[in-house]
Amino acid sequence: MDHLSIQLIAGQVLIGIINGSFYALLALGLAIIFGMLNIVNFMQGALYMLGAFMAYIVGEHLGIGYWGALIVCPILVGLFGIVLERVFFRAIYDIDPVYGLLLTFGLAIIIEGIFRIIFGSAGIPYSIPDSLRGGINLGFVFLPYYRGWVVLVSLVVCLGTWLAIEKTPIGARLRAATENPGAVRTFGINVPLMVTCTYGFGVALAGLAGVMAAPIYSVSPQMGTSILIVTFAVVVIGGLGSIVGAIVAGYGLGIIEGLTKVFFPEASSTVVFVAMAIILLLRPKGLFGRMA
Amino acid sequence: MMAMLSHTHRSDSRKLQMKLNLIAFAAMAGLLVIAPFAIYPLLVVQILCFALFACAFNLLMGFTGLLSFGHAMFYGWSAYIAGHVSKEYGATPELALLFGMATGAMLGLIVGALAIKRQGIYLAMITLAFAQMMFFLAVQMHAITGGEDGLQGIPRNRLFGLIDIDSTGRVYWFALGVFLLAFLAMWRIKRSPFGENLKAIRENEPRAISLGCNTARYKLAAFVLSAAFSGLAGSLKAISLQLATLTDVGWQISGEVILMTLVGGVGTIFGPVIGAVVVVGLEQMLLGFDDWIPVIYGSVFVLCVLFFRKGILGQIQHVFQKD
Repeated sequence: MDHLSIQLIAGQVLIGIINGSFYALLALGLAIIFGMLNIVNFMQGALYMLGAFMAYIVGEHLGIGYWGALIVCPILVGLFGIVLERVFFRAIYDIDPVYGLLLTFGLAIIIEGIFRIIFGSAGIPYSIPDSLRGGINLGFVFLPYYRGWVVLVSLVVCLGTWLAIEKTPIGARLRAATENPGAVRTFGINVPLMVTCTYGFGVALAGLAGVMAAPIYSVSPQMGTSILIVTFAVVVIGGLGSIVGAIVAGYGLGIIEGLTKVFFPEASSTVVFVAMAIILLLRPKGLFGRMA
Repeated sequence: MMAMLSHTHRSDSRKLQMKLNLIAFAAMAGLLVIAPFAIYPLLVVQILCFALFACAFNLLMGFTGLLSFGHAMFYGWSAYIAGHVSKEYGATPELALLFGMATGAMLGLIVGALAIKRQGIYLAMITLAFAQMMFFLAVQMHAITGGEDGLQGIPRNRLFGLIDIDSTGRVYWFALGVFLLAFLAMWRIKRSPFGENLKAIRENEPRAISLGCNTARYKLAAFVLSAAFSGLAGSLKAISLQLATLTDVGWQISGEVILMTLVGGVGTIFGPVIGAVVVVGLEQMLLGFDDWIPVIYGSVFVLCVLFFRKGILGQIQHVFQKD
């Protein structure tokens, strides 16, 4: 293989890893929320979009810039999620989880619709922070600093979340409450509070992904739904209950998508769904999933 | 004795239910006959297509308990295929409808076979993902779908090669005929032993399995039937309104058909029709405020899920059953 095509492949794999970073963050949020609330949060895409718009509104207009937005926006999105959880979700915890999907779908199209009314469908440009402009030539591929930064943050957050859930006392309680909320409650742990906080954290991940996406993809009201549907396929492949599955499948499918762009560009938008079909045939419960 | 009494009571109430349904059907058919004299006929045709689509969706969600979030792929792709064969090969309308139904059924067979490997919430996500894939394919396959432009000016060829349906007045009767026949067919399916099995699966799948019912096969059959009738709705729309575009195959349409069924009453016979009237009516009321449509739809979704899960007809039935 000559030098040029190695560069081409490396470039697409890099783009794949970046896309995969977003899939992984969104899928991770979905997995955590599903584990605790038994709800597939259709709002995850809308809140990712909200994060990106907030980066634009808060960062550009309040003058706290990208770095301020990176901290403030996920917290705001998380708080917004907590309010929604408190107001809307109580009524549906005890009924068929399908209604949770329908409720969050309704809320998602309301949020998306409001942003479309205010900002229109066209994208809003958002620039890369000055300190992360430029890039470095690694020999086989040119790595823009900002994209490297996105991959780094996403990896750290994914691993950190995984460690927190698997290795810390709070994580142990969370896992226990996922397994048997009734029993955990009898030990004096405030399960409803835990549920609310989990939801807040899960959607804050979407907000974080949104802020980081703002300089890469164009910020538009419909940016959330399209990535969310791909994330659904990712989650089916990884296994919905599984944190590891969400992370591995997120990055893995990003890379597969990138490679498809090199070898068979026509299929690059559909390859994730084909992968989902194959997994459903060979291993219906997903790579890391337990059968529901 | 008590058991016998309650049995006769139940069969009485069943007869009453049947009588009420027949009266409702006659009323619906009557209203639809006079509707085009009061309302623009093509608007009613649009309602008929959506109503048929929602009834087909209800076959799966209401009668079998499976939530598909991807029914737009059956509706939209059937519209493309029916439009394509009418335009390129001069297929007669009844043939175009058959092609459309076959498209829906084939897609339903493939997607259904994969999707029913998982249950509940997973099924919704899997169908949504496959529908998105079919959307991307529609964008790419220009030769059949016309890409971004879609198929426009689809000809209304002669029905059976003989009857001219190419006017707003005539195409209305064609659409009404197709709708009423399909409606009766789906009603018959619901009342058949097959339909009773689907209901058993909806109410308690493990129990149905323990009684020796091959539930996977029944679920797949329900999926294919629902997809085929959705295909009929899509192709009827393509021929009557002479248009098939990416809008018909997008995820928003999958959401809209859920909304219509939910508003009208999941699992009721006439509910989806009422839901289609409400949704198209809302759209008409909001003409000129198109931007607000998603916000209104979303709000209706939220209100229905929180306070109104039985839907309009389900709520009415609930009130009457109490007395």
